[in-house]
Amino acid sequence: MIILSEIMTATQIEQNDPNDVMVELRNVNKWYGDFHVLKNINLKVSKGERIIICGPSGCGKSTLIRCMNRLEEHQEGDIIVSGITLDDDLKHIDTVRRDIGMVFQQFNLFPHLTVMENCCLAPIWVQKQPRKEAEATAMKYLERVQIADQAQKFPGQLSGGQQQRVAIARSLCMNPSIMLFDEPTSALDPEMIKEVLDVMIDLAREGMTMLCVTHEMGFAKTVANRVLFMDAGEIIEENEPNEFFDNPQSDRTKLFLSQIL
Amino acid sequence: MAVLITSPSPSLPPPASSVGVVGWLRANLFSSVLNSVFSLIGLFIIYKTVPAAINWAFIQADWVGTTRDACTSDGACWVFVGVRINQFLFGFYPPSEYWRVVTAFSLIGILVAWLLVERTPKKGLVGIFTIFCYPVIAYFLFYGGAFGLPAVETHKWGGLMLTLILATTGMFFSFPIGIILALGRRSSMPVAKSISVVFIEFWRGVPLITVLFMSSVMLPMFIPENMQIDKLLRAMIGIIFFQSAYMAEVVRGGLQAIPKGQYEAAEALGLSYWKSMFFIILPQALKMVIPGIVNTFIALFKDTTLVLIIGLFDLLAVVQAAFADPKWLGFSVEGYVFVASVYWVSCFSMSRYSQYLEKKLNTGHAR
Repeated sequence: MIILSEIMTATQIEQNDPNDVMVELRNVNKWYGDFHVLKNINLKVSKGERIIICGPSGCGKSTLIRCMNRLEEHQEGDIIVSGITLDDDLKHIDTVRRDIGMVFQQFNLFPHLTVMENCCLAPIWVQKQPRKEAEATAMKYLERVQIADQAQKFPGQLSGGQQQRVAIARSLCMNPSIMLFDEPTSALDPEMIKEVLDVMIDLAREGMTMLCVTHEMGFAKTVANRVLFMDAGEIIEENEPNEFFDNPQSDRTKLFLSQIL
Repeated sequence: MAVLITSPSPSLPPPASSVGVVGWLRANLFSSVLNSVFSLIGLFIIYKTVPAAINWAFIQADWVGTTRDACTSDGACWVFVGVRINQFLFGFYPPSEYWRVVTAFSLIGILVAWLLVERTPKKGLVGIFTIFCYPVIAYFLFYGGAFGLPAVETHKWGGLMLTLILATTGMFFSFPIGIILALGRRSSMPVAKSISVVFIEFWRGVPLITVLFMSSVMLPMFIPENMQIDKLLRAMIGIIFFQSAYMAEVVRGGLQAIPKGQYEAAEALGLSYWKSMFFIILPQALKMVIPGIVNTFIALFKDTTLVLIIGLFDLLAVVQAAFADPKWLGFSVEGYVFVASVYWVSCFSMSRYSQYLEKKLNTGHAR
């Protein structure tokens, strides 16, 4: 287990330039048919920042991060990732997707490919890396998530925790500067949550910019710079983690925290 | 009372009644009174039919000879098939050119075997050769008209050769066209989608026999005299379009079974539409619908017999034509049994291969 003070030091070392904005959302609105799922979202994420998004089911937190790599389309407002505005231009979408890694609740590994092939596919066919180089990179990240010995297996032969670690390694192989996590531990058996969180904590220590939808409050306290609380499509409360958990301001936040803690 | 076992108990052999022949019979044939009754009825039917059939087809059958006088016993007269075998295989193809047909089929046999058997080298290269070069080679071998090979008009093609040509070209083209149509039908682009839907629903909505009839009787009325397309080619195109529509729906079933997360993961990694289809979606979707694809192939193979109504002499038509030979009247049973066995062996092989393929491609992802 990582010690808290260690993290704090790490955070202090890479003091971030607040002007180095990685993701910016300006007045973003989104509807599913008539349902107003994101209401006037404004958010700035600086380089190296780690943001936890929580909130009750259906509050729009997954939709929010899925808009950032255009898995969902927003109808109003601007989303700017690494200086590129997400619009209908496919080139913009492609560039943004290469720069953002995403980890899903259901892992979404490709079941017909081995772990190694899962990791190498996008570097080879999107980034045009030579196979040897892609495999070396993949091995490096697989070692980092401690699953290198399973590289030739198929995803179906691994446990949930192992699959999720492969999914993280697969995203890292694209060398992204931002990582999105959409409830990465929600589909896991309890005894496997820690191995995935450890990998994520490790990633946070290295200064990765992370946006993470999760209900793992221990993890939030350990790594987050900020916690956003969403309800009914709005960011209701935003605070530094200890303040957020110890001294919630709005009634809805208090209610939510009393239900999950 | 507490339990304590200090050494493991020895493993004993299972009771004799649950293993071996007795065990098998008990489990599979006589597990209840009703099942025993059915088993006995089944055994009785087998006893009454199978020995008689074997007796007719093999033991009492006549195999050698050149005329019907050679058939003296009570069994099948395979002499009828024997003397006409060339016609059954090649139709009216000139005997001096048989070697071309044999070469073409041997070549595709070797190529396909090369691709299907495991651990043969250079599969990629052989695959490309089979897809792009072989059809050209086959065209010149079958039709000729170049490289010193005399042209053999398609109305002389017939028999098993014609059946196989129709079936393989049908499979070869309907598979990729079907995939494109299935992707089109699921596309978000309105034009691609409506073209696919209209194409699929049109061809799926008409019987093949009508398609063949239209292609051979109606179509020539609408196109100018000097632009007439070969009858066989017209039938082929009809079969290809017809089967593509079925293939498209089979493939679409597979596409729909792929979880949305697979598309999203591919998108999130930055794969383009065609790359994510080629590397992620289609390999999984096609694997899932192998039984459906092979089903369509088998149906296509047998449906080629319908070309006899437009005057093409496929295997069945050629054999039926031989029944009319006054020297060989009364041997239709042998002819039909021969045709049926050829079809059955072909279709059964396809079925077995598909089962093998399903096992081989199973990466245990059903969790």
